[in-house]
Amino acid sequence: METVIHSVPYTGWVYPNETIFEWSVLIAVYPYLTGLVAGAFTVSSLYQVFGFKRLQPVAHLALLTSLCFMVFVPTPLLLHLGHPERAFNATLTPHWTSAMAAFGYFASFYVVLLILETWFAYRPFIVEQAQKRTGLLGTFYRMLTLGSNDVSAKAIAYDQKWILWLAITGIPAAHGLHGYVGFMYGSLKSREWWSSDLMPVIFLFSAIISGVSLLVVLYVASCKLRRIPVDVPCVKGLAYTIWGFIMVALVLEGLEFANIVYKGREGVEMIMEYVTGPLLVPYFILQFAVGAITPFLWLSYMIWRGTAGRALVAGVTACACLVLFSVFMMRWNVVIGGQEISKTGKGLLYYQLFIGGKEGALVAIVLCIAPIIALLGLSRLFPPWVHGTVSSRVAAVGEH
Amino acid sequence: MTEDTKASLNARRAFLGKLGLAATCTGVAAGAGALGVLQSASAKTEPAPAAAKKTAAAGAAGSGPAADGKSFPTADYDWTKHQWAFGVDAAKCIGCLRCVEACKHENDVPRNAHQFRTWVERYVYLEGETTARIDSQQDPVNIEASGSEKEDRFANRYKDQKVEKAFFVPKLCNHCTHPACVQVCPVGATYRTPDGVVLIDHEYCIGCRYCVQACPYGARYFDEEKGVSDKCTWCYHRITKGLQPACVEVCPVGARVFGDTSDRQSPVSLFIRNNRVSVLRPESGNAPNVFYVGIDKEVN
Repeated sequence: METVIHSVPYTGWVYPNETIFEWSVLIAVYPYLTGLVAGAFTVSSLYQVFGFKRLQPVAHLALLTSLCFMVFVPTPLLLHLGHPERAFNATLTPHWTSAMAAFGYFASFYVVLLILETWFAYRPFIVEQAQKRTGLLGTFYRMLTLGSNDVSAKAIAYDQKWILWLAITGIPAAHGLHGYVGFMYGSLKSREWWSSDLMPVIFLFSAIISGVSLLVVLYVASCKLRRIPVDVPCVKGLAYTIWGFIMVALVLEGLEFANIVYKGREGVEMIMEYVTGPLLVPYFILQFAVGAITPFLWLSYMIWRGTAGRALVAGVTACACLVLFSVFMMRWNVVIGGQEISKTGKGLLYYQLFIGGKEGALVAIVLCIAPIIALLGLSRLFPPWVHGTVSSRVAAVGEH
Repeated sequence: MTEDTKASLNARRAFLGKLGLAATCTGVAAGAGALGVLQSASAKTEPAPAAAKKTAAAGAAGSGPAADGKSFPTADYDWTKHQWAFGVDAAKCIGCLRCVEACKHENDVPRNAHQFRTWVERYVYLEGETTARIDSQQDPVNIEASGSEKEDRFANRYKDQKVEKAFFVPKLCNHCTHPACVQVCPVGATYRTPDGVVLIDHEYCIGCRYCVQACPYGARYFDEEKGVSDKCTWCYHRITKGLQPACVEVCPVGARVFGDTSDRQSPVSLFIRNNRVSVLRPESGNAPNVFYVGIDKEVN
């Protein structure tokens, strides 16, 4: 059977081998998921390490979200590989000059760290369930205790130390992981659209705002589902976090674009033709105007006016949805946009997104939704809202 | 100072302390990583790739010819005794595309208009125009003229216009001294041999296509059927037997020159010595080993 080749239309002069798009929408989904992981972990760290008490209601949710999304991070890559069965070659015999080679180690380290931190955070709950429950679920929790049933104040204080240090280690791990994803693009000198020293930092800040926004949406949705009131100070805290980081993200993106235009290196004419043509709507309108500047102004207005209560929750949730959309558009505009500008600097290609197929839109949507379904399942086993946080438990144990 | 203010200040101090701690951790991790990795990851270094290591290990283990003091990697060919290079005289190329067809036939390259190990570009300056009109055999107009994606031909599309200047430029992998494709391969499946040829181990390639993205010349493509990247090898299976690459062999005008630069009298040594040669995209730092004569500013 002859292999089906999906070539793309183009204008101007492009190299013959460029007419097949090599990195599809799945490669845009990959940094999107990684960013959500890093951003969610930021919230967890703000509470666990930096003591942002008002984020307590989402601290455990942040940890679980980070874990669920991290588990799915390699899937778009595996689906994309020509030989997924050889994927472990990169870990078994890494070629260290490659920016991609360390991914397996970084990702594995971070998954282990997340599992460990989650285990420590949930240990009192696991012990309680192991003692209370019978049957298959009881056995499951008993296995998860790993034989450690001590929930005395001393033991919990010891757990808290582990959580603190794991969270501290997790900050460079989570942000390094995502900065490194940005480096994978920024370090390629073959494409002017990618080749930027600012790329890792831009990825990092957009990751933070996307992860925090995801938590806003998940937290508010979970409160609605559980029919409990939303903790407004917590949402306000998350809103401040988005507001602060979105300013930096916007400035960095603006600086990067200014750099490209101001340097005016070979091929800049084609970049200008691209951003003012096919990329005008996805880049300036959707990513910047709708997804970033609108929520920034909206959040600024709410902070200035001191909006509170339901209006604040609704506003922040809407802003969070816009930011989530904006960051996905940013990933799209980098990954797909970069390939739409020919390496010749004299032509443009037009990516065609298929609905079906291994690397189509449906698979991309499933990959974005799958971590949320996993989170739904995991939150039934480890409720992130029932038991509060370890710090509160330590305090509670101390009081008794 | 009120108790509230004191508490607030203490909390702020504690926060800043923790922020400093986190920043230190990040700094230490980044610093250690940067120091240790950057030197070996630099594009200018040539680490032993997995595939080359595998071959060398076989020799070192006593099973290969090198262990017996014979030539390596085969009994008839010692890759330490050659340094291959390629020359293109664009002034001679007539755009017949025999090289493209020979390459596809010789190397089992998919017969379509989107995957090539070598291709030919046509540059045409029409009267009154300052930039070239560029196309290649894959252009839809040329495909229409040939009647099939499996046939390569340049359509006579400018016959009714006044052409001021026109020339053809054969393109292929530049087998760079500092190849970006080798640098980015996460498993070392693509590597540079001691005789200066960049190869791909198809048994080891995972098909991530990072190398395809990294090549500034568009010389690589992804073979969907095999699930691996592919590109020109200068017909390594031929040159190690003393033959010429297929494209060089069939060129009717001698526009393609190939040889061993360690032999001062080889065709390519003479080509480089007797001409003012240039390379494509020298600013990339890749140090290509395909040398051009007769190209102008528009070619990259």
